[in-house]
Amino acid sequence: MKTAVVTFPGSNCDRDMQVALREVSGRDPVRVWHGDADLPDGLDFIALPGGFSYGDYLRSGAMAANSPIMRSVVKAAERGVPVLGVCNGFQVLTESGLLPGALMRNAGQTFICRTVELVVENAQSMFTRSYEAGETVRIPVAHHDGNYFADDVTLDRLEGEGRVAFRYSENCNGSQRDIAGVLNAKGNVLGMMPHPERAIEDVQGGSDGRRLFESVLGMLERV
Amino acid sequence: MKVRIHVSLKPGVLDPQGRAVHHALEGLGYEGVNDVRIGRLVELDVADDTSDAALEAMCEELLANMVIENYRIEKVQP
Repeated sequence: MKTAVVTFPGSNCDRDMQVALREVSGRDPVRVWHGDADLPDGLDFIALPGGFSYGDYLRSGAMAANSPIMRSVVKAAERGVPVLGVCNGFQVLTESGLLPGALMRNAGQTFICRTVELVVENAQSMFTRSYEAGETVRIPVAHHDGNYFADDVTLDRLEGEGRVAFRYSENCNGSQRDIAGVLNAKGNVLGMMPHPERAIEDVQGGSDGRRLFESVLGMLERV
Repeated sequence: MKVRIHVSLKPGVLDPQGRAVHHALEGLGYEGVNDVRIGRLVELDVADDTSDAALEAMCEELLANMVIENYRIEKVQP
């Protein structure tokens, strides 16, 4: 299995993501730089980590979404390669058009850094199959721009198609319909504000994030 | 040619920054402020023959997020 972590200038969770992928898959991911034109051949999984790509100048994720490597990530996603974007990675996915909606400033105006409870809404996706539908999990958040917005037509479509992966038990940032993570139509792209890579083993305060990686990487192993 | 791009949140989209500033203005004693919306001003210096279509493309590809924002292009006379 070959996984990759993309690093943008300002990424600060790329190493956490690397460690999480190594812990779960047993193999070190390839590290890819934002200015690279091409992804390595034969990738099975791509992760866009959290952080503040390009300093969050203009809008969170806007410039990263237009960086050279993202053209290759979009093509890979369209081919069906699983792509996970966490926090700033989620912002990059919405800005690049791989996921609908946008992430706005938290409704309370403050940076939120704490562990929150999420409800698993869709436990059938490749990212969430190790969870049970309706299960509550504890995953840390750390963001200033995590307020998910989409128009009502889009939100209805997301809900109707089972594309809301996670919801906040208690809405911490003002997100429409408590949405914490969404899937694309094909189900191979997941964006979420909470950080599953920070909940891999108990020493981190909990391991509820580990099953997300086990879901998607375990599935790839069997392919 | 100087061009100003005014980017603002669409009507109906919650603007927490605007709300906070509104609250602060009230705290300073200014009455009769009905609403505050905060946007962004992007000033471009572009070639004189830059087309309107090119300016609009810049806005829609990068400068504004059309999911939540509107933009207005203003050409500034030198």
